[in-house]
Amino acid sequence: MKLKFRALLAGTALVLATGAANAETLRLLTWGSYAPDEVVKMFEAEYPDIKVEVTFSNNEEMIAKLRATGGTGFDLAQPSHDRVYAAQLEYNIYKPLDLSKIDTEKMTPNLLEGVKANTTIEGEVYSVPHQWGTSGVMANMKLAPDVTGWADLCDEKYQGRTSMRLRRTILLGTAFGMGMDPFALYADPAAYQDMLDKVTEKLIACKSVIKTYWSGGDDLSAMMLSGEVVASETWDSTAFKLYGENPDIVFVPPATGALAWIDTFTIPRGGEADDAAYKWINFVLRPEITKLMSASTGAIAAVPNGIDLMPDDKKAAISAAFDQSDIDNLKFFANIPPGIEDMEGLALERIKAAN
Amino acid sequence: MYDLSCASVTKSFGSFTAVRDVSLDIPSGSFFSILGPSGCGKTTLMRMIAGFETPTSGDIAIKGQSVVTLPPNKRNVKMVFQHLALFPMMTVGENIAYGLRCRKEPKSEIAPKVARVLDRVGLPGSQDKRIDQLSGGQKQRIAIARCMVLEPDVLLLDEPLGALDLKLREHMKIELKQLQHQFETTFLYITHDQSEALVMSDNVAVMNAGRFEQIGPPKALYDAPASGFVAGFVGDSNVLPGRLAEVKGDEARVEVEGGGTVIGRVADASKPGDAVEVFLRPEALRIGAGGEGTSLSGTVESFLFNGASSRILVRSGAHLIEVADPEQSGAAAQGGAVSVAWTAEKARIFARRPS
Amino acid sequence: MSRDAGRLSLILLFMPFVLWIGLLIILPQLGIGYYSLREKVGFNQFEFGLKNYVDFIGEPVYRNTLLRTAWMSILVTILALIAGFPVAYYIAKIAKERSRAALFLMCLIPLWVSDLVRAYGWIVLLRETGVISTALVKMGIIGQPVEMLYNDITVVMGLVYTVILFMIVPLVSTLQGMDDALLEAGYNLGGSRLTVFRRIIVPYAMPGIVSGCIITFMLTAGSYLTPILLGGKNSSWFTEQIYNQFITRYNWESGSAFGVSLLVFTSFVVWAGLRLTGQSLATTVAKD
Repeated sequence: MKLKFRALLAGTALVLATGAANAETLRLLTWGSYAPDEVVKMFEAEYPDIKVEVTFSNNEEMIAKLRATGGTGFDLAQPSHDRVYAAQLEYNIYKPLDLSKIDTEKMTPNLLEGVKANTTIEGEVYSVPHQWGTSGVMANMKLAPDVTGWADLCDEKYQGRTSMRLRRTILLGTAFGMGMDPFALYADPAAYQDMLDKVTEKLIACKSVIKTYWSGGDDLSAMMLSGEVVASETWDSTAFKLYGENPDIVFVPPATGALAWIDTFTIPRGGEADDAAYKWINFVLRPEITKLMSASTGAIAAVPNGIDLMPDDKKAAISAAFDQSDIDNLKFFANIPPGIEDMEGLALERIKAAN
Repeated sequence: MYDLSCASVTKSFGSFTAVRDVSLDIPSGSFFSILGPSGCGKTTLMRMIAGFETPTSGDIAIKGQSVVTLPPNKRNVKMVFQHLALFPMMTVGENIAYGLRCRKEPKSEIAPKVARVLDRVGLPGSQDKRIDQLSGGQKQRIAIARCMVLEPDVLLLDEPLGALDLKLREHMKIELKQLQHQFETTFLYITHDQSEALVMSDNVAVMNAGRFEQIGPPKALYDAPASGFVAGFVGDSNVLPGRLAEVKGDEARVEVEGGGTVIGRVADASKPGDAVEVFLRPEALRIGAGGEGTSLSGTVESFLFNGASSRILVRSGAHLIEVADPEQSGAAAQGGAVSVAWTAEKARIFARRPS
Repeated sequence: MSRDAGRLSLILLFMPFVLWIGLLIILPQLGIGYYSLREKVGFNQFEFGLKNYVDFIGEPVYRNTLLRTAWMSILVTILALIAGFPVAYYIAKIAKERSRAALFLMCLIPLWVSDLVRAYGWIVLLRETGVISTALVKMGIIGQPVEMLYNDITVVMGLVYTVILFMIVPLVSTLQGMDDALLEAGYNLGGSRLTVFRRIIVPYAMPGIVSGCIITFMLTAGSYLTPILLGGKNSSWFTEQIYNQFITRYNWESGSAFGVSLLVFTSFVVWAGLRLTGQSLATTVAKD
C-alpha cells in the first residue's frame, strides 16, 4: 500500500517534470484580436517547445489583473503606452526589457523613441511599440455628412443618433473639442479638475442628444450598420472594419487631432517565460506576420511601412480617412500621472448618474 | 325532512364509474356511516356531498334543498379530513376562527364562540397553542371543533381515525360518539374499519364497487346480512364454499368443497345447482356433538387467546374453522379430535362472491 | 478507535464546506473589509481610517445610485414574485406529474445560456431595428421604428426574466409540500378563492416567498451585465460603480468600501423587509 503510493507519487512527479521540460508556456495578456489563431499556430509550429495561452482584456483590466497578482500569472502584456508609467510606479507590476533581445531596428524609429521616452523609469525601458491607431469619430457620410469633430456628437441636429463610450477618451476628446489641451494640464491637478468640470457639464448636456453609450466594438458596429446611430466616438480600427461593409461609414479624424495610442509589449514582473516572450515580439514584427496581425486588429504595425502592410480594404479605409495633415496633427496620449484617472473616474460617474 | 339525502347519485370518471346509482336519506341528528373497502367509491361520494366533485347524474339535497350547483364554500356541510388538514401556520384559535371570519362574523362574537367550542371538545384555553404542540387526539378534537363552531347541517368525517394508533383509536370512537350526542348534529362518517362503523353508527351503509349493498342499523347488518359481501365484510365469518344441492322449505343442503354437507338457510336468491358459500360466525359455533349437516369434526390446531374474544382454531379437512371460546374453558386439548356444531338457522348461504 | 474514525470522517465530510465558506467567502470578505479601511494619503502610502466610507456617503452620485439600485431590485423582486407565483403554483399543484418535470425544465432553459447571451437576445429583439420594432412597423401598428432598449423598463424586464427562476424554485418546493386537503378545508369552511389564497396558500408558501425574495433581491442588486447592456445612458447600477472603482480608477480602497456598503445595505433591506412583513428567518427560510 505505502509502496504503491510512493510509486504513484514518483510517477506523477516524473510526468510533471518532463512536462515542464518539454513545453514552455507563453501566457499572453492582450487585446481581443491581437493574437489571431493563425499567427499562434505559425508561432507554435516554428517553436514547438512553446505553447501559447491567450487571455483577452483591455487596458484597465490588464492593470487590475496584474495588480491583483503582483505581476504574476502572465508572461507578456500589451498595455497602451500611456498606461505603463504610472502603473509601474504605483504597483510595480512590470520588469525592465532587455532591448538587446528585441529587433528594435525593425520598428518605426519615432514610435520606438516615443514609447521608450514614455516608459523609462530610472533608466530602465519597460515597453516597446507593437501596433498603433487612433481614436476619433466615425460617421455615416450619407446620413451625417457634416461631422468633422468631437463637438458634432453633441449636435442637436443628430438628436438620438449619436453614441460614445463613457471612458476617458471621450473626456479628452471633448476637452480638445472645447479648445483645451488636457495633456498640457496633466501636471496641474487643480487645472485638470477645472477642465474636467467643464467637460462634465458639456457631456451631461450632451446626454439628451446621444442614443446610448456603447460598451464594446460589437454593439457599436451593430448600431452603425443598422443606421440607428449615424455618428459616434470610435477606435479607427472599428471604423475601418465597418468601411469594408458599408463604404459610407468612414473614420473622421477630428479637426482638433485624432487621439493616437500605441499598444506596447511589456513584460510583467512575475513573467516566467521571458525568452518565449522575446521570441513572440520578434516573430510578430516580421513583415508577413505583421500583415496577418493588422488584418485581424485593424491597427497599424509600428514598423516603417506599417500602412502598406495593411490589407487592401483597410488601406482604402485609411486613405479615405487620413491625409498627411491629419497624420501630422495626431495627438499621442501623454503619460497619465497617478491620481488623474481617479479624477476622471468620478467625472465619468457623475455623467452617467446625471439625468 | 332529512338533513342529507342523495337520490340516484352517479359519478363517472371517463369510462370508470366510481359511484353508481346511490341513494340515501339521513335523518336529523343521527350518526350515519358508509363502510366499504378502499376504492369502493365512498370517498368520491363524500366529496360530492362536500362539493369538491359534481355528480354525473342524480341529486344531493341538504335539509331538502338541492346543493348540486352550490360551490363548496356555500354548502353548510363541514368536513373533517382524513389527515385533518388543520392549518399549520395558524394557532388553534385561528384555525377555529377561520370559518367564522370567512362568514364575516363580528370580531366580538368570534372569540367567545371559539372559547365555547373549545370548552365543549374538552380543550379549554388552548387558543394560542400551535398545531404541532397538540397530540393526535387533541388535533382530532380541534378538527371537529373547527367544523362544529360553524353549526353545520351535516358533519362529514373522512376516516379521521385512520392515522391514530390502536389504543387512541378505540378511545376516540367512544369520544366521537359522545361528541355527536353532545352537538346533536348529523354525522356522516366513512370508514373501511367495520368496528368503527358498528360501534358508533345509528345506521350503516355497506358500499362495494360503487353501490350500496345494504343499509341498516349495525345489528341488522351483523345478524341479517343481505349479501355474501356484507356477511363477509361485517364481522368475522368462517366461509365454506360449496354447491347448493337442494332447498327444502327453510332448510337448504350444501355440498361443501372437499367433502361433507352443511345444512343452513338460503339468505338470497340462490337456487339448487348454484355455486354458494356458507357463512358461519365464530360465536355461532360451539365445541360439541351435533347432527348431520350441523356439525363438522376435526382436530384442534391452536388456541388464539384474546380475552373475551379468544378463539379456537379447528382444522377440518381443507378448512380452518375459528370457534369462539369466550370462557377459555379448556374443553379441548391441542391436537385432540373435536366436533364443532351449530344450529341450522345460523348457517347463512349466499351466492358465491366473485373472487 | 471507531469513535475517532467516526470523528475523522465527520471532519473530512465537512471539510469541503468549511474550506468553501472559509476560503471563498469569509477570507475575501475580510480582505475587502481590510482594504476598505485603508486611506490613501499619498503615493503608495496608506493609513487606517473611515475616509473611504465618508467619501462614499458624501458623494450624492454614489448614494443615489445605491438607492436607485435597491429600489429597482425591490421592484424586480416584487414583479418576479407576482409573475412567478402563478407559474410555481401551476407547476406544483395543477400540472400533471409527468408534465411537471418538463415545465420545470422549461423554466431552467434560460440558465443554459450565459447572462451575456441572454442580454444580447433581448437586444436583438428590442433594438430600434430589432425584431419587434420591425414587425410592428411591417404590420402597420406603428409608423416609425421605436427604440425599446436603453431604458429602465427594459432593465427591469430583463432582470425579472433573469431571476424569476430563483423565485419559482423555492416556491414550487414549498407549495409541493402543501396538502391539497388544506385548500379543500379552506373552501369547505366557507372561504372564497381569495380568502383561501390570502389566508392559506400565501401563509403556507411564506417560507418559499421569503427565500425566493431574498435570493432574487440579492441576485438583482448584485447583477452586472443585464443592467449595463440593456440600460441606457441614464441607468446607473451600483455594481458598475464598484467595477469602475476597482478597474478604471484603480481605487481598490474605495471599491472595497463600496462592496461592503452594498452588502450592508442589501442586508439591511432584507432585514427591513422581514420586519415589515412580520417574518423572521427562523420561521421561514430555516423552517424544516
